[in-house]
Amino acid sequence: MSFLGYPRVDGSVGTRNYVAIIPTVVCATATARQISDDVKGSVPFLHHQGCALTPSDEALVNRTLTNLALNPNIAAAVLVGLGCEPIDIDGIAEQIAKAGKPVEKLVIQEVGGTVATVEKGTRIARQMVSDATRITRESFDDSKLMFGAECGGSDTTSGLGSNPAIGAAFDLVVSKGGNAVFSETTEFIGAEHLLARRATTPEVGQKILDMVRRYEQMFLDKGVDMRGTNPTKGNIQGGLTSIEEKSLGAVSKGGTMPIQEMYEYGERPTKSGLTIADGPGFDAPSLTALAAAGSTVMFFSTGRGTPLGSPFVPVIKVTANGSTFEKMNDNIDFYVDLARKGHMPEVGAELYAHALEVASGRQTKAETLNQDRYNGIFIIGPLA
Amino acid sequence: MERKAIVLNAKDNVATALADLAAGDTVDLEVDKNPVSVKLVNPIQFGHKFRLVDIKSGAPITKYGEVIGEATKDIATGEHVHVHNVASTRGRGDVAKAAAK
Repeated sequence: MSFLGYPRVDGSVGTRNYVAIIPTVVCATATARQISDDVKGSVPFLHHQGCALTPSDEALVNRTLTNLALNPNIAAAVLVGLGCEPIDIDGIAEQIAKAGKPVEKLVIQEVGGTVATVEKGTRIARQMVSDATRITRESFDDSKLMFGAECGGSDTTSGLGSNPAIGAAFDLVVSKGGNAVFSETTEFIGAEHLLARRATTPEVGQKILDMVRRYEQMFLDKGVDMRGTNPTKGNIQGGLTSIEEKSLGAVSKGGTMPIQEMYEYGERPTKSGLTIADGPGFDAPSLTALAAAGSTVMFFSTGRGTPLGSPFVPVIKVTANGSTFEKMNDNIDFYVDLARKGHMPEVGAELYAHALEVASGRQTKAETLNQDRYNGIFIIGPLA
Repeated sequence: MERKAIVLNAKDNVATALADLAAGDTVDLEVDKNPVSVKLVNPIQFGHKFRLVDIKSGAPITKYGEVIGEATKDIATGEHVHVHNVASTRGRGDVAKAAAK
């Protein structure tokens, strides 16, 4: 099979062709947004980080912003900084340029305020869109795809239907030589042994166990009972009793293929095939981890329903809850009928075909309804 | 015939409702290809769980063939299984804090 995508100079293939407007700090967010409002074809990545960070969080934000711009769906990027933030706008721009992607940076305190920055940024972004739209879709093999998967607003149908369907689509893309990434380390708690068993080396398996332990340890160190947070109130109403039960359902979205590596939040994989990005169960910043890892089409499994999309990547909403599919049809793209539970490979193939259409340009509901402007960035803290 | 509930693994001691079920309903299930019949003690909402066998307080609850928590009280066959009678054993900073004192 094949899809129609945008070729990039680094050999990757995008499913969208955006000019990214990326603020390097929250203070530049409104200015960045104004530039993108004025330029059709540009998309902002809005977040509230970039200042008062610990050194490790600073490194996390630096690499996340860099790798978001390097996502194959991005043709070119405009970075908008304030000027006094610790984020390394020069270093980020350098890395984007090194990858062969057009990039410009604007620093509000140097350019001289919002009006001047918006004016300059609008001219730059307009030219970038004009250049980017000369790139046209070409046919590519499925091995050029990178799927991402997230689950949120879960209920028991997520683990029974929508996650296994996504897992089957993951298995398909990996079997065709393509890539797939999933995340949500908190929602591995209680199921990490199943993932570690699928690691390609004992070291990767140990890393999965260690990274899950690191997350759980944060709750233990703070003396916090995780039951008050995860499963959430909505998860519990939907029938999920414990984080273990939620996790056992959640990990099925990662399919059954060998796991090549697990890496830190905001990093990109160094291996092809199926990988795991570290990240929280919190949906929005989790989508950011998947986008930074390079996914070009994402699946979002939801039992209770959610509108949330992602700025740079189309997000396909999948539910196995019939009443949610009916009630929130404006937001859900794909329905998995639980009566077909015994036929997951078939359901996965249908979902895969849907994903190829989206990869080739069909809009998801989150895209059509503009539910994809804000995901934010996860940090560990404390904030200074 | 549409199934009213599902048992995901032969090791499981709970079933998951695939429809809203009433107290007193008898639910026919398949466990490892064998027919099992359970009479419900409580109403069970779509997506919620009920016991397949009697279980003592402190015993593990299993779904997907894996442990999802432990019983905090004795639970009879056909009873609703949820946060009121099952406790997670993971991410329990409250337990760690109590143990440290």
